Order: sequence, then structure tokens, then C-alpha cells
Amino acid sequence: MGHTMIEKIIAHNVGREVKPGDIVTVNSDYVMLDDIMMPFIVSKFKEMGFKKVWDPGKVVIICDHLVPASQVDDTRAYHISCDFAEEQGIGNLHRSDGICHQLMTEAGYVKPGHVVFGTDSHTTTYGCVGAFSTGIGYTEMAGILGTGQLWVRVPSTIKVNITGKLPENVMSKDIILRIIGDLTAAGATYKALEFTGDTVENMSVASRMTMTNMAIEAGAKCGLFAPDAKTAEYCGIELDEFQASLKGDEDAVYEAVMNYKAEDFVPVMAVPSNVDHVVPISELGDVNVDQVFLGSCTNGRLEDLMAAAEILKGKKIAPYVKMIVTPASRKVYKEALANGTLEILSAAGAIITHPSCGLCCGRTGGILTDGEVVVATNNRNFLGRMGTSKVNIYLASPKSAAASALAGKICSAEI
Amino acid sequence: MEKFTGRVWVMGDDIDTDIIMPTEYLVFKTIGEMKPYAFSPLRPELAAQIQPGDIIVAGKNFGCGSSREQAPEVVKALGIKCVIAKSFARIFFRNAINNGLLLIENADLADDMKEGDEITVTVNEKIEYNGKDYPIVSLPDNLVEIIDAGGLVKAMRKRNGLED
Repeated sequence: MGHTMIEKIIAHNVGREVKPGDIVTVNSDYVMLDDIMMPFIVSKFKEMGFKKVWDPGKVVIICDHLVPASQVDDTRAYHISCDFAEEQGIGNLHRSDGICHQLMTEAGYVKPGHVVFGTDSHTTTYGCVGAFSTGIGYTEMAGILGTGQLWVRVPSTIKVNITGKLPENVMSKDIILRIIGDLTAAGATYKALEFTGDTVENMSVASRMTMTNMAIEAGAKCGLFAPDAKTAEYCGIELDEFQASLKGDEDAVYEAVMNYKAEDFVPVMAVPSNVDHVVPISELGDVNVDQVFLGSCTNGRLEDLMAAAEILKGKKIAPYVKMIVTPASRKVYKEALANGTLEILSAAGAIITHPSCGLCCGRTGGILTDGEVVVATNNRNFLGRMGTSKVNIYLASPKSAAASALAGKICSAEI
Repeated sequence: MEKFTGRVWVMGDDIDTDIIMPTEYLVFKTIGEMKPYAFSPLRPELAAQIQPGDIIVAGKNFGCGSSREQAPEVVKALGIKCVIAKSFARIFFRNAINNGLLLIENADLADDMKEGDEITVTVNEKIEYNGKDYPIVSLPDNLVEIIDAGGLVKAMRKRNGLED
């Protein structure tokens, strides 16, 4: 009998065949610790009686939620992060390089077939290169720091097969939002999502990242793309025999298969205040926009900024709209600066900020108040996520966000 | 089997961890400082009304969203005896177990439950409400081991020879 991708990754890690439902102890290839959780991780690590992390080279600490600080208390987490790195000899410390989920693959840590845990739910992102990665709490992270290991239940898999050519103004964000709408917010709980078909094979790694980033919004344990030539190029490696074998077998057993035709996708938004409340933009009616946010680990990459710039080139956003652009990393920032993208966005009236989690977690630069509407390219529109609990957050693709900024009202890029 | 009775607070589907503990309060040094803000985006008055021994009964996907462990910790710190939901999100489920917060899955109770009423829970057996029994499925062995050890921190302390 064949195997799904997640079964192959876990089997390779534990050195024996596995099936869905098996509870196994896996070894972490990397762990990702973000600043906001560091005070709790360090305190639990010490409380557990550990002195040294199991392998400093496999630990990555990233300051992104609280850098630069927006409140004086934020600096505490920063200093705890830096002090712990020094004490433990952890060289993989990013003080202000960008968002954790962008850096874990961009900076060359995660490779196809790896098993990675992080103290943030969007750790599912690294499935974009064919790694099993998922979010955990700080107590479990403290345990892994001491032992290198964590128990997991081998998940069953839902295969999402997409074939054909996407309409021009549809981005991978529109695809994953539609899938989450169809699955619902709990539809993939405890399960793996495996994305297949020529539509996703033709996608860039950046576009794939948007989809694996949001796998958690359907409750999934992970989202996976089979590594291919693009993955190898992005990771700067040649795929070895194991990595090249990482795709679902023809005779693998799937819990469900969802088939989509690319031509059927349309620009959509997730409307307040659930990510699975997904509506075609053409059905949203007349909604004025106060602010647009282009950024985050979901859609803050170079291709996202360039897609928005293409729409805004030589134009001005509506005068009453604040458009905030937050590149996902310093590398993205520098590339967007070098190729003129930031200049176009700035000339159109956008505010360009430093790379960080920024507005996505409602801590810095551009929080909103009661009754205001924001079109945002990030991954959550929960109550209170970007200011008060009466802010209306619409999640959209970079193209739809740019078009909405231009029009000053919710719309997709074809209008 | 442990048996207890408690007053119930009723919540809907998809109660996410941003609702249970909003991001802006995560930088507080202690869970105690976060307590007054639990559930504030949805029900700002609730944290002050919850009494130790109370029970939360909710719909599907309780604890979805962020991996923040402050969410189950603050629920426990408020004195909530257990959360009964139609289903739980994966990360919240693990975090709750690791902190010794009892979670019980039951598909029907939330639809029948009236806020303020009392229920009686017999762990790993049943919930009694309004003259009706609602069955409880028992937990897998590896999770029972963590709970029996008193949570993951204690299990690791034992491993490191700091506790018997």
C-alpha cells in the first residue's frame, strides 16, 4: 500500500513505517521560537530542570512580534531572547530581520522532509518546501529544547487537487480562502492537507507559502506541497533520493479528495469575523475602506508587493485610505527597494514600514477603532485582531487589496 | 472516578485564542495579570463573573487560531473546572492537557445547555444535565500519562530527577 506525503516524512524521521492514528515520537530538525513566547519558554525550560538545549544549532530564535517595540514592556521579551541565545550558544538569532515564517525557509534553515515545530500557529508555512511543520505551545517547546523530541499523532490526509489555468486576477490567496470556506475553520482539524495538480505545480514557492501558511485556518496540522525543481532552487539544494520521493503515492489512502478547476476560482474575501466566512468580492456590495494592509507572513513577499505595485503604478490611492505596506523580511524589503517596487507604492500614497509582524497581530503601526474597515492580506480577521473588537477586517489577496486602496472601497482588481 | 458539579457559561462555535486572550495582553509577565482580560473581545464582563469551579460549555472548534498557551493557562487560572465542547482545535487541546486543564468532547450538550444552569461531570464517564446523561469518550493512554504526572513540566522534572 502506498503512502501520503506526511506518512513518508514521519516514517523517515522515526525509521519505520507509520499509518494514520499511530502515536510516535519524532526528532526535531529545527525549532522556531518567537519573541513574544520567549519569556514563558525560558521559564518553563528552567522549571523543568534543563540546563542546556539539546542542540543549539537546531534552535532558531526570531524577534518579530515585538520589534521594534510599541510598548516599553515589549523590550523585556527581546532581552530575554537575546540573553537566552547567548547563554545557550544559539547562533541562529534574528533580532530584526523579518517575520519568523518568512525567515525559516528564506534564511536557509528548513529543507524538504524536515520535521519542524514552532511556537506560532502559522508554523504550517514550511510545508511550502515539503517539510512537516506545525505550531505548539511554550511548554511543549520547553520540553523539545531539553530533549529534541515531541510526540505526534500521524494525521490522515485530505488531498486538494487543482488543475488548469487561474484567471488573471486570482492569486493563491483566493484559492486558499475558498478552500478554507469549503472546509470550514475546523474541517481539517488533526489532518494534513496535501496540495496537488498542475495549477500548484506552476505556482512559485512564494505563492505556495500563502497556502500552507493558512492551512491552520482550516484547523490542519500541516499543509504540504511536493518538493520539485522550484523548491530545490529556492532552498539552494539538489533534492536527494528521499526528498525527491516526497509526494503522495498513487495508491495512498486519503481521507478525502477535493477537486477544483482553476478556471472556477474568483477573487474572494473572508468577511468579518471568521476566516471561513468567504464571499466572492462581486457579491460584497458597496463597502468603504479606511485602511489597507499589505504584508504579513501570508502575503508580504516580493511577488505580493510587485502584484500590488502593478495595479498602483502611476496612480494615487483614495485620499481617505491609509495603505500600510510591511515587507515580510529585510531581504524582501531590499529587493523591493532595488527593483523600484517600494518607490511605486510610496508614490501611490502607501506608508512603507519596517519588516515585522506589525499590524497583523494588532501591536504596531496602524491599529483601528470601532466601525472602521480594513482590507488586509494577512491570515486572521478575528475579533480584536487589529484594534478594537468592532473593527471590520476583510482578508484579501494583494491584488484585491491594492485595487480596494485605489477605489477607496472593496473591489477586486478587474474593476 | 472524580465527580464534580458546576455552574455553566455557554459559548458558540470557533471561540478563538485571540478572544480567549488578546495579543495586546500577552506581554504581561504573569497569567494572573492577564486574567481580567480573558474573553474580553467577545464578553468583556465575563472574566469578573467567572467563579472557581465554573464550567464552560461551547460549540465546535474551541480554541482555534493562535498557538498561544496563555489561552488555556488563563482559563485554568480563572478557576474553570473543565471546558466541554463539540470539538477542540488541535494546538489548544495539547496546550490544555500539558497544563492540566480538563477538556471534554461532547457533540450534544452545547445545543441543550442553558447558561447559568448546573451540570455534574463524572470524569471519563458521563455528564448529567436536566435529568439526561451525556456520554464522555475517554482519553488516549499517552495523554493520561501526562495528566497523571501533573502536566508536562512535572513530567520533565521527573525525567530530570527533580521529582519522584
